Amino acid sequence: MLNSPLWGNPVSPAQMHIPDGFLSLAVSLVFWVIAAVLVGMALRRSGRELGERQVPIMGVLAACIFAGQMLNFSVAGGTSGHLLGAALAAILLGPWAATIVLTAVVSLQALLFQDGGLLVMGANIFNMAVVGVWVAYAVYQTVRRLAGQQAWGIFLGGAVAAWLSIVIASLSCALQLALSGTSPANVVFPAMGGIHMLIGLGEALITLGTLAFLYAARRDLLTAGAAQTTSNRAVWLGGLALALLLAILSPLASTHPDGLEWVAEQQGFLGKAQGPFFELIPDYIFPGIPNEALATIAAGIVGALLILGVTLVVQRRRVS
Amino acid sequence: MHIHFVDPYQTGQSPVHRLNPRAKLVLALGFILVTAAMPLGAWPVYVLLFSLTIATAVLAELRLGFLLRRSALALPFVLAAVTVIFTTPGTAWLKLPLGSWAISVTGAGVVRFLSIAIKSWLSVQAAILLAATTPFPDLLVAMRAVKIPRLLVAIFGLMWRYLFVLADEALRLLRAREARSAKLPTSPLTPPPQGRGMPLPWQGRGWGLGSLLWRGQVAGGMVGNLFLRSLERGERIYAAMAARGYDGEVRTLDTLQT
Repeated sequence: MLNSPLWGNPVSPAQMHIPDGFLSLAVSLVFWVIAAVLVGMALRRSGRELGERQVPIMGVLAACIFAGQMLNFSVAGGTSGHLLGAALAAILLGPWAATIVLTAVVSLQALLFQDGGLLVMGANIFNMAVVGVWVAYAVYQTVRRLAGQQAWGIFLGGAVAAWLSIVIASLSCALQLALSGTSPANVVFPAMGGIHMLIGLGEALITLGTLAFLYAARRDLLTAGAAQTTSNRAVWLGGLALALLLAILSPLASTHPDGLEWVAEQQGFLGKAQGPFFELIPDYIFPGIPNEALATIAAGIVGALLILGVTLVVQRRRVS
Repeated sequence: MHIHFVDPYQTGQSPVHRLNPRAKLVLALGFILVTAAMPLGAWPVYVLLFSLTIATAVLAELRLGFLLRRSALALPFVLAAVTVIFTTPGTAWLKLPLGSWAISVTGAGVVRFLSIAIKSWLSVQAAILLAATTPFPDLLVAMRAVKIPRLLVAIFGLMWRYLFVLADEALRLLRAREARSAKLPTSPLTPPPQGRGMPLPWQGRGWGLGSLLWRGQVAGGMVGNLFLRSLERGERIYAAMAARGYDGEVRTLDTLQT
């Protein structure tokens, strides 16, 4: 969740790896099924694109993303910014290969280093390897198309994709926590979203630096790579849909927590919780949070409108 | 400096080490599943589950300190659940005055919070026991045995083989950077150099603006470097595999009886 050397595992910094015990059984199992279906699709698709080179290349690149998460830079007072790598993988490898690479990273972190749980691994794979990758790919491709052949498309697209992939993935994580009754929606959405809006800046900075380096050293990887030539309309639309859904859902859920609570109760997630869930904590009880919630809502709406506007512009350009 | 020390596997010849890896994988997952399915506040069950993990650790001849220290890893995440103490309805145990407001700590909230924390802690212990007594290649065979797609398991295997190589590479990059540029004071307690005040985030090297951007760019360059080296290494590995008859099908010697 938070990244500070005090808490973080020095080898694989815990970013939003949910440990076992924090999600209800039902939520864990549902996300296992979703993750299994999507990773299965990714395995089929990337096999078609990479062929027999798939295993060695993806294995090494997964190890690379894992090692890349160790490369941090100090920000201030002992905190540091570092990489999750979902956006970078999506930009450099294309969405399907990136989904597999991130799945491998998340799985090994859980199996070897207990960074993230085993039962909740489906949810972690969904957040990082699906939401993180797809949102980044959709945003990056949208900005690239807007920029045409201009180089600024690569850098702006990369930075925005990196930031948004972290924020949206954290909202997905918050949604799972809220559905499980682990944390009330009106607290967990602004808290997770707010923290990751800051953490995402570090991700954006490193991604920008990486793209600048690769633009100077191996421009072909950014302009003519497999990731750039293959068209993945399904992922593009899927990523935009996920981003919009989570960006709109989270402020809704944090202003009307009853909705999520209702869902949770219908599923029997909340167990013996009786009566209104929030009767002891009226909205105004934490002085800071209303502002944070407003900030989340505003950012969510602005982000959603931005993406919507950009998509419309791109569509219009293609028609004319 | 090598990073092999992070491999959680502890060599041993105990009965737990010799158990079939598929059985261990299924047992660990089963343990976590049972823990997750337990109701809130089932303290006797939690004690029973805890005695199971401790008994397994003793049987596996693991140091208990290793298990307990490593299982503290997931603890920071409990912050995500702290608020349930105040928001779960129930009889108020304690009212904390906060200016003109008051937060009440409820019995049901404390039970919910403790249950989440304990269940999480127990599950982490099961995962540690699995990783500490099973070499990763055996775990890969076990994954094949529980029908995880062959391709995915092959990618896991290759990732594991190069994990430590590339982590070493990353450490070398970090060391090279440290040798060439000064570190920021890591905490407000460290006295800043030359009697200056604590640098602000954007004042890393000197007092010019944009230093945070500069530091991010340096870290990004290192990631790019690592990516290029990995990509080229991957290509070389593929060429070496192709030279030895690799045709896209990963064949393993599943020596373990599954």
